[in-house]
Amino acid sequence: MTAIQILIDGFAISALYALGATGFTLIFGVSGVLNLSHGALMVTAAVVAWAASSEFGLGPFGGAAAGILACTVLTLATYALVVKPIDRSTAIPTVEKEIFILTGTLLWGIMIQEFIAYLFTSNAKTVMPLVEGIVLIAGIRTPWNQIVTAGVCWAVIGLLWLLVNRTRTGKVVLAASMNPRGVTLLGFELSQIYVVIWLIYGVLAGIAGVLLGQFLGVSSYSVGPLTASAFSIVVLGGLGSVSGSLIAAYVVGYLETMTAYLVSPAYRTIPALLLLVAVMYVRPQGLLGRR
Amino acid sequence: MTLKLVTSPLFWLTIVFLVVAAFLPLGVSGYILGLLTVAYYFGVFSMAWDLLFGFAGEVNFGPTFLIGLGAYTAGILNGNGVSIPVCLAAGAVAAVVGGVVLALPALRVRGPYFGLTTVVAVLILQNLIVVFAETTGGEIGLTVPDVISIDAATNYWIALGFMTVSGLVLFAIARSPVGLILQASGQDPVEAGALGFNVAKHKLAAFCVSAFFSGLAGALFVFYMGTASVGTLVDVSVGVQVIIAAVLGGRRTIVGAVLGAVFLIAAGEVLRPLGALSTFVVSAMALAVILFVPAGLLGLLTRQGQRA
Repeated sequence: MTAIQILIDGFAISALYALGATGFTLIFGVSGVLNLSHGALMVTAAVVAWAASSEFGLGPFGGAAAGILACTVLTLATYALVVKPIDRSTAIPTVEKEIFILTGTLLWGIMIQEFIAYLFTSNAKTVMPLVEGIVLIAGIRTPWNQIVTAGVCWAVIGLLWLLVNRTRTGKVVLAASMNPRGVTLLGFELSQIYVVIWLIYGVLAGIAGVLLGQFLGVSSYSVGPLTASAFSIVVLGGLGSVSGSLIAAYVVGYLETMTAYLVSPAYRTIPALLLLVAVMYVRPQGLLGRR
Repeated sequence: MTLKLVTSPLFWLTIVFLVVAAFLPLGVSGYILGLLTVAYYFGVFSMAWDLLFGFAGEVNFGPTFLIGLGAYTAGILNGNGVSIPVCLAAGAVAAVVGGVVLALPALRVRGPYFGLTTVVAVLILQNLIVVFAETTGGEIGLTVPDVISIDAATNYWIALGFMTVSGLVLFAIARSPVGLILQASGQDPVEAGALGFNVAKHKLAAFCVSAFFSGLAGALFVFYMGTASVGTLVDVSVGVQVIIAAVLGGRRTIVGAVLGAVFLIAAGEVLRPLGALSTFVVSAMALAVILFVPAGLLGLLTRQGQRA
């Protein structure tokens, strides 16, 4: 009984983790940016969706759309206001760009978090689910919403795969992640590619945020843990490797669910952290990382 | 060398700052002294971090791992009846041991991987503190039976003295030949290695020094506050503040970190009337400094004087 429960719950949570981490790893793979405001972007999507659907009466779908839109706009703003100026700055030595982008996005994330707390308080909010009702799977009462969450996550990841592998824009993005200079030599504007990627990232983070808000609920306190979990999933899978992140998301998701059910919810995150440390000792480049 | 130091504006700025700071208790209220005491301990945290980042080129996202180890070791021992000086020494030693355990695997990896390892160390420590709540006080925090002093001025002078000594030692290390080797290893480990310097050994040494001061400062801070809790000493957000203070003050300067810490604490206090928005404004100001004045506040002050 518990085993099936873990299988079902873990699947949905892992799918959410996977979607959340995909955009994060995409940005790193292509532009080498680790965006530490990731969690804040996801929380923005969820909180805007909550406000639009519950407070302004736009309904679950209108709310979700508003949340995704807000997150996308904010993600583009992150690029335009924080990442790009640091990247272009002549006052910062190239070797130190990384720490500046990390610190800058971190501060940006804190600003978003505080602003959300100011506007909407730091209470936990649960977004109106897209579908109501429950269904029995092998004798386990499962909310339809959980199934929809997992389904949407995988559909979006599938669409992303199609976009990257089957469209011209996607192929340019893929090429840019392999060799930015080569792409420039072929006549593509690198800065335009970056905007496209940040746009994709914004949509992905938005969808993940809204779904997370429906499934688990969010508050402004979720910002740090969300960023940390995306970061560790991505490192576990290998920085820049999308398929590695997907596998890692499932490993972490199931490990956490199992710990929560079988040991105690208080220890939920510990085994995943220990696993991460173990992987860093043995295989620092992560499961599927190239180095 | 000595002559150059004496004629540099930085040297005189520091002297003036210290003299003014030393006489402050005669003129200002205990409340402000309390704030500055906290700021000075934070200054030491940030200076220790700057040695690791600015000179060894390693981004330690988990300064609070070292601080927390020192603080909790000292606090728990004191709870079992050990005297304060022994607790302080034990806290510093625990931080150094923890630093070595963390550094050995972490220094094998670079860049974001190193950063992540250090964050994970903090998260694990945080979880352990909560799990072993019977000894550590868990999320509520640990109360230590002894404090160094209840007099605000005494506490202030201890913090100021400790900060000055730590700053001198760290600054001396940074400016010594060892500091140069560290800087070289941070910028180009391969070339530094090719020149015959043991990069790993020097970085490990830097980590130990950084850990020593972080741990000792953490332990002293516990005996100043009378309590230790995850929220004030271990949480990742505290580590973020330490980093922001160092970057804000001017990285690779050691002394700038103190300036950043005092600025952060003062700004947080001045903006208190804004309520929930104060952290927002402080973060925005820090972001502005990073974007527009990447050399930091100290870089702004000594721009004409010397180009580091």
